[in-house]
Amino acid sequence: MKSFIFAFKQTIPVLFPYLFIGIAFGVLMDEAGYTAGWSLISGLFIYAGSMQIVMVSLLTAGASLGTIAMMTFFVNARHIFYGLAFIERFRKMGRKYPYMVVTLTDEVYSILCNIKYPVDVDARQSDFYITLILHLVWILSCLAGALFGQLIPYDLTGIEFSATAFFITVCMNQWKSMNSHWPALTGLISAVVFYTILGPNQFILPALTLSVLVLIMMKPRLTAGQKMQPVKECKPASIDGAEEIIYEY
Amino acid sequence: MNTNWISTIEALAVVALVTIFTRALPFLFFGGKKKLPDTVSYLGTVLPAAIMIILVVFCLRNTILTAYPYGLAELLSVAAVIIVHCLRNNVFLSIAAGTGLYMVLIRTLFLIGS
Repeated sequence: MKSFIFAFKQTIPVLFPYLFIGIAFGVLMDEAGYTAGWSLISGLFIYAGSMQIVMVSLLTAGASLGTIAMMTFFVNARHIFYGLAFIERFRKMGRKYPYMVVTLTDEVYSILCNIKYPVDVDARQSDFYITLILHLVWILSCLAGALFGQLIPYDLTGIEFSATAFFITVCMNQWKSMNSHWPALTGLISAVVFYTILGPNQFILPALTLSVLVLIMMKPRLTAGQKMQPVKECKPASIDGAEEIIYEY
Repeated sequence: MNTNWISTIEALAVVALVTIFTRALPFLFFGGKKKLPDTVSYLGTVLPAAIMIILVVFCLRNTILTAYPYGLAELLSVAAVIIVHCLRNNVFLSIAAGTGLYMVLIRTLFLIGS
């Protein structure tokens, strides 16, 4: 129970973006002529906010399955980079492992990246509850949008900024907790450079790829000495010796 | 609607499967190994900081910088989040302040169109 309450508290910052984007999707599906069941199924099995919204226009345009597959791949390709941080962590979760993998959204990723468990809370259990709560909230938001979206009397435009705001706070907390700011700066510079060159729709994959390459090149430097605070005592930092170091998460 | 529900199911299935594929790929690659390659576990520790900041840029990607209001609503709201978070270090407060300011700005000072 303690784990559940702790997990619920972690999800609060992203409840607003989830509700808003889910409802927006439901309304779009409803307007496109799809009954509420379709929104529910999409929320349950796809569970990817921006992609579901893109999907509505693909559906109404009657796009071919090949086009849909390509679009989905490019819209969601950033997820390929997310799992790298959680391979060890999810692998230990037994039967829940596959579920944790397929529900790793932007928001879940950012919560799990920066979480600090109190001593009396079961970490694996909370990770699972966070994932489950958000998945359910998402499904219900999609359904609610399809059923009642047209009835909402207020114009909520702009509330989607809450997702951006949440990601900014995650960035800042990471900035404070990491000894080296090079990873964050690498990401920022790659994003800005490729955004300038390639524009808003194509920058993210090259930016992520460049960040991975640059960070790999910086590995000797970032793992040397005290920078990454190895938990075990660090042998004088040769690259080969780095294999035994366990990094503090 | 009855005539094309199969094609709708096909489309949904494709989106779902490709999405799952992108999420599962790193686990398919490295999940089976007893010990993670050194570089992968290293990336697991440093990459999140890079990814999160790229994600912020991704969220703001559709901001129009070349015409009035030149992304000022976004800029001021991002600044509000950063300042409030520095001062109070409270995630909820920072999100509420930034989002509230953004919603007010796009309705008042930086109203576009209509």
